[in-house]
Amino acid sequence: MLGEGILKGMAETARNFFGSYVSKERLTTVEYPEERIPTVEAARVFPFLVYDGADWEAGLRCVACQICEKECPPKCIYIDKSKDKKPDYVGKQQFYPARFDIDISVCMSCQICVEVCPFEAIKMDTEYELATDDRFGGLLYDRKQLARSNEYYHSIHPTEASEVDARLGEEKAKVEAKARAAAEAAAAKAAAAVPPAPTIGGGS
Amino acid sequence: MATSPFFTDLDQIFIILRDWLVGFLPASWRPAACVVLEVIIIICVFPGLFALTTVFERKGLGRMQNRLGPNRVGPYGLFQPIADGIKALIKEDIVPFSANAVVHFLAPLSLVVAVFMEFAVLPMGRNMVLVDLDAGLLFFFSMSVSTELSVFMAGWSSRNKYSLLGAMRAVAQMISYEVVLLLSSVSVVMIAGSLSLSTIVAAQSSYSGIFPHWYIFTPWGLAGFVMYAIAATAETNRSPFDLPEGESELVAGYHTEYSGFKFALFFLGEYLAMFSISGLGTTLFLGGWSAPLSFLTFIPSWIWFFSKVMLSIFVFIWMRGTLPRLRQDQLMNFAWKFCLPYTLLNLIVTAFWHFMGEGWMRWVVCTAILAAIYVFMGRVEMRSEHFGPRRYRYAE
Amino acid sequence: MNVVFYLLAAITLAGGLAAVLLKHLVHCALATTVAFAGLALLFLQLDAQFAGFAQILVYIGAVAILIVFTILLTRGSELPKGGVFSRTWFVGLVIAAGVFAVLAWAVLESVRGIPQQTAVPAVTVHDIGNALVGRYVLPLEIVGLLLTAATIGAVIVAMHEKERRQ
Repeated sequence: MLGEGILKGMAETARNFFGSYVSKERLTTVEYPEERIPTVEAARVFPFLVYDGADWEAGLRCVACQICEKECPPKCIYIDKSKDKKPDYVGKQQFYPARFDIDISVCMSCQICVEVCPFEAIKMDTEYELATDDRFGGLLYDRKQLARSNEYYHSIHPTEASEVDARLGEEKAKVEAKARAAAEAAAAKAAAAVPPAPTIGGGS
Repeated sequence: MATSPFFTDLDQIFIILRDWLVGFLPASWRPAACVVLEVIIIICVFPGLFALTTVFERKGLGRMQNRLGPNRVGPYGLFQPIADGIKALIKEDIVPFSANAVVHFLAPLSLVVAVFMEFAVLPMGRNMVLVDLDAGLLFFFSMSVSTELSVFMAGWSSRNKYSLLGAMRAVAQMISYEVVLLLSSVSVVMIAGSLSLSTIVAAQSSYSGIFPHWYIFTPWGLAGFVMYAIAATAETNRSPFDLPEGESELVAGYHTEYSGFKFALFFLGEYLAMFSISGLGTTLFLGGWSAPLSFLTFIPSWIWFFSKVMLSIFVFIWMRGTLPRLRQDQLMNFAWKFCLPYTLLNLIVTAFWHFMGEGWMRWVVCTAILAAIYVFMGRVEMRSEHFGPRRYRYAE
Repeated sequence: MNVVFYLLAAITLAGGLAAVLLKHLVHCALATTVAFAGLALLFLQLDAQFAGFAQILVYIGAVAILIVFTILLTRGSELPKGGVFSRTWFVGLVIAAGVFAVLAWAVLESVRGIPQQTAVPAVTVHDIGNALVGRYVLPLEIVGLLLTAATIGAVIVAMHEKERRQ
């Protein structure tokens, strides 16, 4: 009958109208900035550098291998290698970045730097409210601004961080086991290389 | 049943206030001062209602579309019209270089003037008509057609093919539905016996038991009201008949080249036309200022009038949020091939109603005829169309 | 004869003069509309409510729009090449003056025939309605026939052509 579709449509909008006051599914608006949709775990915005422990300079995992700088498609990473070395998480002496700049107005959030890093040093952050009124300086993040602790990494990507920690723990355990084995071998060799004790009444 | 003097006074409060204010002036000035005061009140009240309606429309449409409307300016967004008004006032007034400056300037003015004149004959409460004309309904429709000419002036003077196209479509649509509007009102005039709007309201304000004698509760009244509502939506260029100002088709149709306050005047004119045509529909079919049930007459008459008008506005907004836009040929087809024949047949059925006299038989006969015609014509109208290239015999 | 009448007469005359003297045709159409409005207000000033409002409804609401559409849909909206005043304007003026003289004589003669100072009968819409279907029903039906013929003509002109398959 003519007009049936109109009445059905009007019933639907009326249901929407009155339902929007009572049920959440009828009113899907999220009133930003008072409310925010929570980000998913795999969200990625811009990179950050992970450091272990409390001191960001000493615990920085990055060894300035410059692989991420070379692999970055828009070339937004700039690294200056240091002249001296500092111990990393297993105790080995490594270089460290004296300067690590990322221009986030260039970064395209492709995550390639994260994928190629052999040292689990650079990861993707989920912070997106980064607007600033300084168009050039404000969007160039240096080493200090990029450094975030491992606890922060756990808070934003818990499963990833646990896997990374497990992997690094294994590496460390392997290295320690090797070091212990080497130390035992050295101790055994040192014990074998000690000259025999002099006998009583020997040699006239 | 007698209402207490408090409620009678409340009903007539605006009349009492007016008489008290005008009593300060010498006797020879009083009639003119009365009229001036009433005009000032109309000019203040209806644009104020317009401001409120803009924010209600945006919030209502939002809720129908599962979202919030504006809610940042003021509590629940109610001060949004103030922000919109300031924006409209401070925008630069751009007139195209090759546009016809005089006509371009006069178009929104003539629209708003014609629309304000329409409020002069609406009875907004007991004894609350600005001018009680003997041919009040005719005056209302005269002012309504004057708006068509200003729409055309706006579109033509902008020297813009989209404006002109939008204006011509708007005028064609408005003329077609004007006929339907007039004929559906004629059936009311036939039964009420007068063109004067206060007489029509008085004829509807009696009660049988607790039920009112509103014309919408009669078969011909219901059919007439439906036709009137459709025609009113088309007259004021509201969705689903808003092709002339369709944003996705014609930029903004006939008010493309208007910016700043002139655009605000067009907007004002459109909404005020909506108010006045709702007011007329209320007067003709919904009993004007009379209460819906006989024991509710203590509530002041002006409250009933404005509630019914705001209810009509809500239905306008509801239709806007629901229906897709009609194409120009669909619109014109609908007007001339369905609405007009149905309205003419409604006139005949109204005549039957009048001459059959009181009783249950006229209800049955009239309802049966109207329902049968509606179903039959609906089937005819819903036939699928066949498209192809058109040839015009007299134009080649 | 009061101020209102002179004002309305001035408006009507101004509209009429503008309609013939302006260059652009759409301006002329709008000036004609002003003349129609002036006429309607003159009717209202004479207390003929129905005639005044019907004048606005029909002339401004339908005839003026028809005139404007006609101007737009044909090539009348372009400015004519040879100027707007015809070369035989003097003959036209003489004829117009002659017609005006005849009409003025007819009006003044008819006024002389009516006795002065009688109360003007109040003609309500009711009386007009009764007259239309009582005494003047034949002109009403003829006008209806005329309108039907016009409607049928419009439908035929705008009708779909039936496709002829070869």
